[in-house]
Amino acid sequence: MGEVILTMKNIDKSFPGVHALDHVDFELKRGEVHALMGENGAGKSTLMKVLTGIYTKDSGTITYEGREVEFHNTHDAQAAGIVIVHQELNMVGDLTVAQNIFIGREFKKGFMIDDRKMIQESKKLFDELHINIDPKAKMSDLTVGKQQMCEIAKAISHQAKVIIFDEPSAALTEKEIEDLFAIIRDLRKQNLGIIYISHRMDEIKVITDRVTVMRDGAYVGTLITDECTKEDIINMMVGRVIYEDPKTHSMVPADAPVVLKVEHLNAGKMVQDVSFELRKGEILGFSGLMGAGRTETARALFGADPKTGGDIYINGKKVTINSPEDAVKNGIGYLSEDRKRFGIVVQKTITENSTLATLPKYMSGLFINKSAEKEVTERYIKELDTKTPSADQLVVNLSGGNQQKVVIAKWLVRNCDILIFDEPTRGIDVGAKNEIYKLMNRLAAEGKSIIMISSEMTEILRMSDRIIVMCEGKKTGEISIEEATQEAIMDKATRDIK
Amino acid sequence: MTKKKSIFTQEVIVGIVLVALYFIFRTISSDFGKYTTFLSMMDISYYYALMAIGVAFPLITGGVDLSIGTGMICYALAGGCLIRFYNVPTGLAMLVSILFGLGIGLANGVLISVMGLPPFLATLCTCMITRGLGSVVTGSFAIPWPTAKQDNGWFHSIFKITLADKTKLPLGLVWIILLMLIMQFVLAHTRFGRYTIAIGSNKEAAILSGINVKFYHIMVYAVSGLFAGLASIAYAAVIKTVQPGTGAGMELDAIGGAIVGGVSASGGYGTIYGTVIGAYVILFLKQGLPYIGFNANMQQIITGFVLIGAVTIDIIKRKVIK
Repeated sequence: MGEVILTMKNIDKSFPGVHALDHVDFELKRGEVHALMGENGAGKSTLMKVLTGIYTKDSGTITYEGREVEFHNTHDAQAAGIVIVHQELNMVGDLTVAQNIFIGREFKKGFMIDDRKMIQESKKLFDELHINIDPKAKMSDLTVGKQQMCEIAKAISHQAKVIIFDEPSAALTEKEIEDLFAIIRDLRKQNLGIIYISHRMDEIKVITDRVTVMRDGAYVGTLITDECTKEDIINMMVGRVIYEDPKTHSMVPADAPVVLKVEHLNAGKMVQDVSFELRKGEILGFSGLMGAGRTETARALFGADPKTGGDIYINGKKVTINSPEDAVKNGIGYLSEDRKRFGIVVQKTITENSTLATLPKYMSGLFINKSAEKEVTERYIKELDTKTPSADQLVVNLSGGNQQKVVIAKWLVRNCDILIFDEPTRGIDVGAKNEIYKLMNRLAAEGKSIIMISSEMTEILRMSDRIIVMCEGKKTGEISIEEATQEAIMDKATRDIK
Repeated sequence: MTKKKSIFTQEVIVGIVLVALYFIFRTISSDFGKYTTFLSMMDISYYYALMAIGVAFPLITGGVDLSIGTGMICYALAGGCLIRFYNVPTGLAMLVSILFGLGIGLANGVLISVMGLPPFLATLCTCMITRGLGSVVTGSFAIPWPTAKQDNGWFHSIFKITLADKTKLPLGLVWIILLMLIMQFVLAHTRFGRYTIAIGSNKEAAILSGINVKFYHIMVYAVSGLFAGLASIAYAAVIKTVQPGTGAGMELDAIGGAIVGGVSASGGYGTIYGTVIGAYVILFLKQGLPYIGFNANMQQIITGFVLIGAVTIDIIKRKVIK
């Protein structure tokens, strides 16, 4: 670690009704990877937005390379060498890699764009980073991991001195994460300052030098990563101990009936001959790497994507599911990994979302019975402990964890017995995660059957009664929780990958 | 964080603008203030308002229906032909016009919802088709509907009645208000309405909630077609002779009205009362500006700017919510 490159002191920022940042301090040194942690709504992104000029601070000082600065927009910040690699990639799929990296500042030859030079420069960048990507490839043909590498290359090409990674690993496979870490270590060696925002505790331990924790818009403290434990960090984030150990044995009674049987399910390349059973009260974990075909299996089962073959039995009876409508009629509910896109209608109220799948039940004649609708919504707000001032609140104003609860409520209102949770805690902070876990356990104990797709090993081991592992569209293993270890799962998850 | 709902919604603002416009025009032009002017303006307003009510539904789903203008003419021509050439009773001919509209609306719905054509393209095609079809059924002749004085011209009294003392009353306004209230109720209080909004806000989420989105998406365009059919009757009652090949561009006034009245141009939000008020604002500009010395070209330019203003409000509103 070198000298301090960036100091933020006493940063204060309020929005109408919210004190988003309460005199926050932050310091970054050259050649350091500094984790910024905190639950959703803790103020991490707000702090970064103040730094990069998206928001204007109310008070406080930012010192960068020895002088006080204030950026008015991201362009200013970029010009000074502070760049963000966003969680959602900002790439134009139809352009090439090189065109994307130099978008907005293309090299020119006369009035024509000099594509050749852009390709050369991209190559140089990739060589520096030791990554192997063809600058002429179309962006949309690359994997998410590779796209992110391009985003990083783009950041570096701005002569960056400080790079902010906002949850960079959310969409990456284990292998891609390793590559990412190699690049980050490289950047550290080149004396860049790196801010790393993530929810994943394991990564923090592996890649970062220091950790700054925020809670409710306030600075809690800074630790040296090597000198603290996971529990120390979590305690600082939530102010209470919540870490739980893996499940050791199945909670499903030995005589629990099979509620769902899937035989030889086929749907394109991503779902090949997948068969499995789900029992009453069971949490069946689906593990595997990104792109293993788990979500595709769930969508095919749910009728959201067409299948090319396979039989589905519910409570021993063969059923036909060709659309989500059929699936819902058969008591299956699906909670998408991408809530905002597939799960909720963000600009509508909690009530409207809660009854979206059940509206026929809340009709008196031709008309919607709004008081009955509200009553059931309020009941589930209470039961699931959803934090909201009222049932009329727009879902967009809720936190990730509470939005997830609204989706759960939607299916509980529908009285679905089989629930498919696809990445149930993605983008949800540690405290709320725990609540979702408790809720899932409670639902299973009440006799609901749950399919849980998760890319987080700790989540799989903590929640599942039984684990199915997939790799490249095929089921490669089935492990009881008693026998499950991280190694055993990873072994099966990478079985078919050369 | 509950936000207090401001009473100054776009609908209220546009309502105030509407009243203000009327009085401004009246003050400047004494002709505009005449009762006969008011009457003839109301006559013209009915078919615009009906088209606007209908097209609000596709707009709220994030789609559009470009076929309502030429469609309306086509349905009016078809009905008129039946009366003129086949001695079909007026009531039956009216029913045919309306059902014709419904049919084209259903066809739009199938093209968009089942076959997956973009709404813009699908309804552009039916716009061309109805325009040509109108000429084909009439052999390119203009078709007059019965006049009010003729026996089978009773349908005029749906829109305008003459009292014993010879005063005429714009009865159509009552129907517009009634239909507006009914469709607003449909939008806010029925399954169809709720799903219309859900499709506009997040179609994927609606599908994954197990809603038969395909069916409701078709129905949205059916409603639009149905109202174009109703509009064709109002049109026939005002325009003495229906000309084939006309109607293109009228849909834009109706769509503009809905947008001015607060229907979100990107879907997910809108009200029917706002739509009707917006349609009248557009109509007042169209009819009123010439009275205060603006020619037709100026009037179009001004209408364009009013639309920009309305859409800007919508965009700002969305930013504030985010």
